[in-house]
Amino acid sequence: MTGIYIHVPFCAKKCPYCDFYSVPYRKATAEAYVQAVIRNLKHYQNPDTVDSIYFGGGTPSLLSVKQISDILETCSTNFKLDSMTEITLEHNPTRTDRNYLYELRKAGVNRLSIGTQSFSDTQLKLLGRTHTAKQNLETVQNAFQAGFYHISCDLMLALPYQTEQVLTETLKILTSLPIQHVSAYLLQMEENTPFYTSPEILDNLPDDDTSADRYLQTVQMLEKAGFYQYEVSSFAKSGFESKHNLKYWYCQDYLGIGAGAHSCIKNRRFYVPKEIENFCQNPVQEEITISENACNSEEKLMLALRTSRGVPLSALQPEAQKKLAILIKNDYIKLKENNYIAMTPKGFAVSNAVTAMLI
Amino acid sequence: MNSANIRNFCIIAHIDHGKSTLADRILEKTKTVAQRDMEQQILDNMDLERERGITIKARAVRLNYQANDGQTYIFNLIDTPGHVDFNYEVSRSLAACEGAILIVDASQGIEAQTLANTYLAIEHDLEVVPVVNKIDLPSAQPEKVCQEVEDIIGIPAMDAPRISAKLGTNIEEVLERIVTDIPAPKGEVSAPLKALIFDSYYDSYKGVIIYVRVKEGAVRVGDTIRLMATGSEFTVTETGYMTTDQLVNTGTLEAGEVGYIAASIKSIGDTQVGDTVTLAENPCSEALPGYRKVNPMVFSGIYPADGAKYGDLRDALEKLQLNDAALSFEPETSVALGFGFRCGFLGLLHMEIIQERLEREYNLDLITTAPSVIYKVTLTDGTVQYIDNPTNYPDPSVLASAEEPMVKADILVPSEFVGNVMDLCQDRRGTFKDMQYLDDTRVTLKYELPLNEIVYDFFDALKSRTRGYASFDYELMGYAPSKLVKLDILLNGEIVDALSFIVHADKAYGRARKIAEKLKENIPRQLFEVPIQAAVGGKIIARETVKAMRKDVLAKCYGGDITRKKKLLEKQKEGKKRMRQLGTVEVPQEAFMSVLKLDE
Repeated sequence: MTGIYIHVPFCAKKCPYCDFYSVPYRKATAEAYVQAVIRNLKHYQNPDTVDSIYFGGGTPSLLSVKQISDILETCSTNFKLDSMTEITLEHNPTRTDRNYLYELRKAGVNRLSIGTQSFSDTQLKLLGRTHTAKQNLETVQNAFQAGFYHISCDLMLALPYQTEQVLTETLKILTSLPIQHVSAYLLQMEENTPFYTSPEILDNLPDDDTSADRYLQTVQMLEKAGFYQYEVSSFAKSGFESKHNLKYWYCQDYLGIGAGAHSCIKNRRFYVPKEIENFCQNPVQEEITISENACNSEEKLMLALRTSRGVPLSALQPEAQKKLAILIKNDYIKLKENNYIAMTPKGFAVSNAVTAMLI
Repeated sequence: MNSANIRNFCIIAHIDHGKSTLADRILEKTKTVAQRDMEQQILDNMDLERERGITIKARAVRLNYQANDGQTYIFNLIDTPGHVDFNYEVSRSLAACEGAILIVDASQGIEAQTLANTYLAIEHDLEVVPVVNKIDLPSAQPEKVCQEVEDIIGIPAMDAPRISAKLGTNIEEVLERIVTDIPAPKGEVSAPLKALIFDSYYDSYKGVIIYVRVKEGAVRVGDTIRLMATGSEFTVTETGYMTTDQLVNTGTLEAGEVGYIAASIKSIGDTQVGDTVTLAENPCSEALPGYRKVNPMVFSGIYPADGAKYGDLRDALEKLQLNDAALSFEPETSVALGFGFRCGFLGLLHMEIIQERLEREYNLDLITTAPSVIYKVTLTDGTVQYIDNPTNYPDPSVLASAEEPMVKADILVPSEFVGNVMDLCQDRRGTFKDMQYLDDTRVTLKYELPLNEIVYDFFDALKSRTRGYASFDYELMGYAPSKLVKLDILLNGEIVDALSFIVHADKAYGRARKIAEKLKENIPRQLFEVPIQAAVGGKIIARETVKAMRKDVLAKCYGGDITRKKKLLEKQKEGKKRMRQLGTVEVPQEAFMSVLKLDE
């Protein structure tokens, strides 16, 4: 089984907290880019069944339905897909348009990941988002009515002014929507972003304890609403885990197409340089190898520890096993019936440190 | 050269009064150094000396001077360290001279080290030639300062040269005074050799080079010399005089002269400053007076931050010791810090300099434990022990009595700060001895203080309480009984040996609280709560807690890009290497260092 990741590095506007590479949307560039994607899809041979296709960004919903449909058609001619293949598109809720969503569904997209981030207008404004809470609601409802039965919403945590009440309010709305999946991210301050130097943001950032409280509050409220935590930042109703997302943590193959896209195929990790012009011009995308022995035992451990499935006890070095008792006693790790260990929510909140102790 | 035309002298001054600058000008005016080679502070040739503007090791140099009387004179300028830590070296340098130029800053006037060094010079029967420096400063008051020298020190000074070493003003007058005021050396060339060692250093080709002042007799290449303190004998391979940048082998050195001897000496320990050199065949009957072995007064543990660098640290200490016989070290181990060395220093400045040289010249990252003095303890069975490492302090149950070293401290301070200084001295368990007004604005305070109270941060505290105006000097005066206790620090219930120290019982509580607070600030939050406790004899007297960390997570690994996650893990592993692992607690280097500066 292989996943295909298609990177769409265009944004209508750059969010002030985001340090990912993106360029302003231009119709002509986007078209050239889509052609290059199609060219590359034809280049790669893969006999495996493709069980997920993921349009990530950037803002993939800036592409036209036709463009997405062309890409998907290339995929289906060139690779082995089946009716279960998860096809996700990241969607910016600035575009609530039911017709667009309906067309997308018809083109084959069956999972929508909506960048809602918050259901408080004050918080959305602070984040520099171009949509309101009302547009979030409309987009989710329209998607549902357009036939999307697998919808994920993004949620940002540890924001300035995000009190317990503010977050509770957002979570209440979120969990009452017809969605099956939530991706909840703690805000991370990145250098070279406007947030990094904004006095308003810096002065009002929650401290680590508050951030951890918000995170655990989220875990708890989502759990109550039937979304169980299957990874540090991912929550789903049973059976609605993102196949694509899990590939990253279970060390499964994924092929990345597009400027800046990452791949991991047969223990080789590589990426494509992020410059769009080169990607559009090259007949085949350039591959820069990061590692030839990806998915070694250490890497597997590091990645799998991000999931609630965890790792088998036997995967740990004897030295690490000795440290388990104290980690379990302090409620960072739990021992499961099948002799797997996994982090608790409290453990996920400090997962860097816990992982470092076990590797 | 007729010894009547030789002048051996040194320059003494309080720190920053311009000693090295005047030395530079003298070298320049006597054409010893060409103007184009002129670099500031020629005699201070260690980087550290130049940066700190202080002289650490004594130097000596020969110059020729064409005086106004038409004759040529040989000047031997012996540079001396100004700081009290090196008092013994100063006193040996003085013993090699007939005269001393006393520099006094025209705006600062007399300071603590001015007095200390002048009294030392007078004790050695030197002719003291006062010079008032920095007359170019707007705040200069040369008349007032000259009056002060007459009043306080009691030597004639009204006609002292008023100079600016910086601008080169009136340097000729100083040179003439050296000829007219400083007596020529005495001493019989035909008498048995008697030469004073006033400095030495290790040269990797020639072995130890000793700097001597020949008092009687003569020494020649090929002679067998004997060093009287150790009795060891060597054959002279070279002898002659020093210029600013080289040794000039003249083959002979006679009474009245200052120069060097090389004799393939392997260890600097054989050539102790203050010792007398004589000839094996025709020895002098008795050694020159005043020789004593220099003993370290302050001790601290020095450990490599990275345990693997232990060998490098040992090599570096061995190399430093070649040129610094006053530095002592022996291996020690600490549960917390691993393998390291217990090092002995002459004083605080000496300690700082050694640490800095190790870090700078040998590129080592160090962890230093709190400085300790030598305590004298008597056990219940009557045995007496000297303890320089708190870890070895005996258990209270077998301790009959304890004594600690005391110092006599002279503090010179503007009168407006007298109250602050008295507060500080009282706080540091000082006993007031005397107070004198030098004039209407300046006061000299005399206190007896435990050395243990000044080895931490006394000097910094003094400076901050007097806006930098106080000057301070001390000398050791022996042991006094004291109520001492050993304070232990526990992390997560375990004693950390490297953090233990000896403190007066009355101060244990306050010190304990401060240390616990400092540690709390400097130990990062980790997965498990870290209780910090301070205990005296098993009784907890202070506690703090480093709370467990709550958040340390990389939320996003976007689009399957796991490179960031991997980098983070590598960084964490790297970070762990820089931490000391004590049980489950990780302690950064900074935590060990933070307890050394409690007064901030």
